[in-house]
Amino acid sequence: MAAVVTQDIVKKFGEVPAVNGISLTVPDGEFMVLLGPSGCGKTTYLRIICGLEQQTSGDLLIGGNVVNDLPPRARGVAMMFQSYGLYPHFTVRNNIAFPLKTQHVPHDKIEKQVQWASQLLGINHLLDRRPRQLSGGERQRVALARALVREPTALLLDEPLSNLDAKLRTMARQEIKNFQQRVGLTTIYVTHDQVEAMGMGDRIAVIDHGNVRQVGTPTEIYNDPADLFVATFVGSPPMNIVSHNGGGYLGFRPENFLPKSMVEDGAATEFKFRVDRSEYLGAERIVYGVMEGFESKQLITAKLPPAHVDESAIRPGEWHPFAVKNSALRYFDKDGNRTSRH
Amino acid sequence: MVAIADSVPKAHSRFHFILDRRDVLGSLMVAPAILYVLLLVGVPFLMAVYYSMSAYTIYNPSWSFVGLSNFVDVVENPAFRQTLYNTFIFTFGSQILGLVLGKFGALLLLRPFPGRKFVRAIIILPWAVPIALATVAWQWMFDSLYSVINWTLIALGFITRANAPNWLGNPDLAMLSIIVVNAWRFFPFAIVIFLAGITAVPQDVIDAATVDGAGFWRKNYQIIVPMILPIVAIGLVFGIVFTFTDLSIVFLMTNGGPVGATSVLGFAGFQTGITSGDVSHGAAISLFMLPVLLVVVIFMLRFIRRREI
Ligand SMILES: Nc1ncnc2c1ncn2[C@@H]1O[C@H](COP(=O)(O)OP(=O)(O)OP(=O)(O)O)[C@@H](O)[C@H]1O
Ligand SMILES: [Mg+2]
Repeated sequence: MAAVVTQDIVKKFGEVPAVNGISLTVPDGEFMVLLGPSGCGKTTYLRIICGLEQQTSGDLLIGGNVVNDLPPRARGVAMMFQSYGLYPHFTVRNNIAFPLKTQHVPHDKIEKQVQWASQLLGINHLLDRRPRQLSGGERQRVALARALVREPTALLLDEPLSNLDAKLRTMARQEIKNFQQRVGLTTIYVTHDQVEAMGMGDRIAVIDHGNVRQVGTPTEIYNDPADLFVATFVGSPPMNIVSHNGGGYLGFRPENFLPKSMVEDGAATEFKFRVDRSEYLGAERIVYGVMEGFESKQLITAKLPPAHVDESAIRPGEWHPFAVKNSALRYFDKDGNRTSRH
Repeated sequence: MVAIADSVPKAHSRFHFILDRRDVLGSLMVAPAILYVLLLVGVPFLMAVYYSMSAYTIYNPSWSFVGLSNFVDVVENPAFRQTLYNTFIFTFGSQILGLVLGKFGALLLLRPFPGRKFVRAIIILPWAVPIALATVAWQWMFDSLYSVINWTLIALGFITRANAPNWLGNPDLAMLSIIVVNAWRFFPFAIVIFLAGITAVPQDVIDAATVDGAGFWRKNYQIIVPMILPIVAIGLVFGIVFTFTDLSIVFLMTNGGPVGATSVLGFAGFQTGITSGDVSHGAAISLFMLPVLLVVVIFMLRFIRRREI
């Protein structure tokens, strides 16, 4: 196990940069999530770390050593691919054993390690099957076992849950996280699903167009987004953004935008809100509308706890007094970067 | 409301949808193939079986039944046993050489390099050129006096003019020569088969093997080759069947010589049955291909079924 450090990594395909200067330090044993929209360079970045792709410039350090020029097999990094990349002609046992065989590990040691890894993931009853005889969830666990079996320096996971259905995904999320904590493995986990990112990451790196926009704990990312991109990419529905003070922007989360009567005493800013439409989702009610005197590209949303809402306070077509606590207001300058309040 | 016209199925004639029926359409589609096989393969085959058990020659077209005596004659002839042996050497020699060339050719052609498209296109040539033409060129290359191969070897100092090999005159070299020519003809096909197979291996699997620490050889022979084995086996079945029954290269290059060293089943059957007019013995010789090919094909198909993933 080892820390993974990248310094100003750039990868260009032709003229177009897929990764545009990512500097990121993942300390030993950390679970780092890379979160970003499709095509932002997440996979490319992982492929550079494991050596499948050579960076155009920048340094990669694993365990303190520069490994820019080492071939994949010398880096000791394990990667789990989006479609798992299991060897279809091998049994599960041989799939898991393969990374050990390439290292010429003695037979009895291989057998022991395979037992250990398959026990850990609860797949020892599947060892004699072929991948095509497994369900999606089982395949995912086999791929994970294969990645772990040789106790890699770091584990790279590229959207490992995207092939699973919603229910299995929740379970697998828990499993991976538990297991990572138990083994204490340095892990870089790629996803474009913010729920996965928030739920699993020790820290999250939000990536856009090959750049890191912000690195922080899930709380920091959610509460203190560094710029408009992060603010609107994380959260569902995303943060409301309105133009403010000629050129600047003002942001607040939908759950902080409440009828005035529901905002407790304390410093708060009042807005006039006209409700256009509301959706009842069981545990919450999402209300869409416009704010008087403020311009916004999207409809403004408010997320209300339905049990506590006085229906008359959100009647469609009418203007209602709404308010946001001042501590929940976020300010951005005209370039979209976070500023302290004006 | 807008009335939606024509949404109700009209009563059509009974035959209007006849082509939508799987059974009808299916039978219609396979009928030409079945007809072809029956008329142009089945009938001649049955005739050959009958000829082989008759005393038919073109000088004495007698249909009298002689049982298996033609087969006994053929097997007792040492020249035939030589021919049978030659056929195996010729077939497997050229298949192995063709596969090796095909595998490496495919590996080379997978990597991008300037002019790859052009090379991919012309690599097909040996397969596309009519064999009669190609053989003329090869004959010159193997010629006892004007051999380009010998000229090159002499120029490079490997041999001298005095001990230059007589490619088509020496029994072993003649066999080697026709194997080389057949492998040359077959390898573009092998390349295409390998390329198709390798391209179908998911990149994720290959990447996984790379990250798992596999080097070039392990990746090739433990991951890629086993994964493409079913398709390669099919290619090999074709190669074996075509080579085992082939007579053109031998006929055009060596005429079976020197002294029967390159005579193969197809050629011997043709010589005896057509050139010499002994149809019944010719048919018997040709029929020896059948059990051999049957065993090969059944074995390969079973192998493919077992390896299917
Ligand atoms: N081999 C390649 N050649 C050219 N361009 C590439 C190559 N691989 C990736 N790209 C480009 O680089 C950019 C980043 O790709 P990448 O696969 O890293 O995105 P990603 O963040 O993993 O997206 P997703 O979430 O959809 O998987 C994309 O615009 C893609 O088109
Ligand atoms: Mg990706």
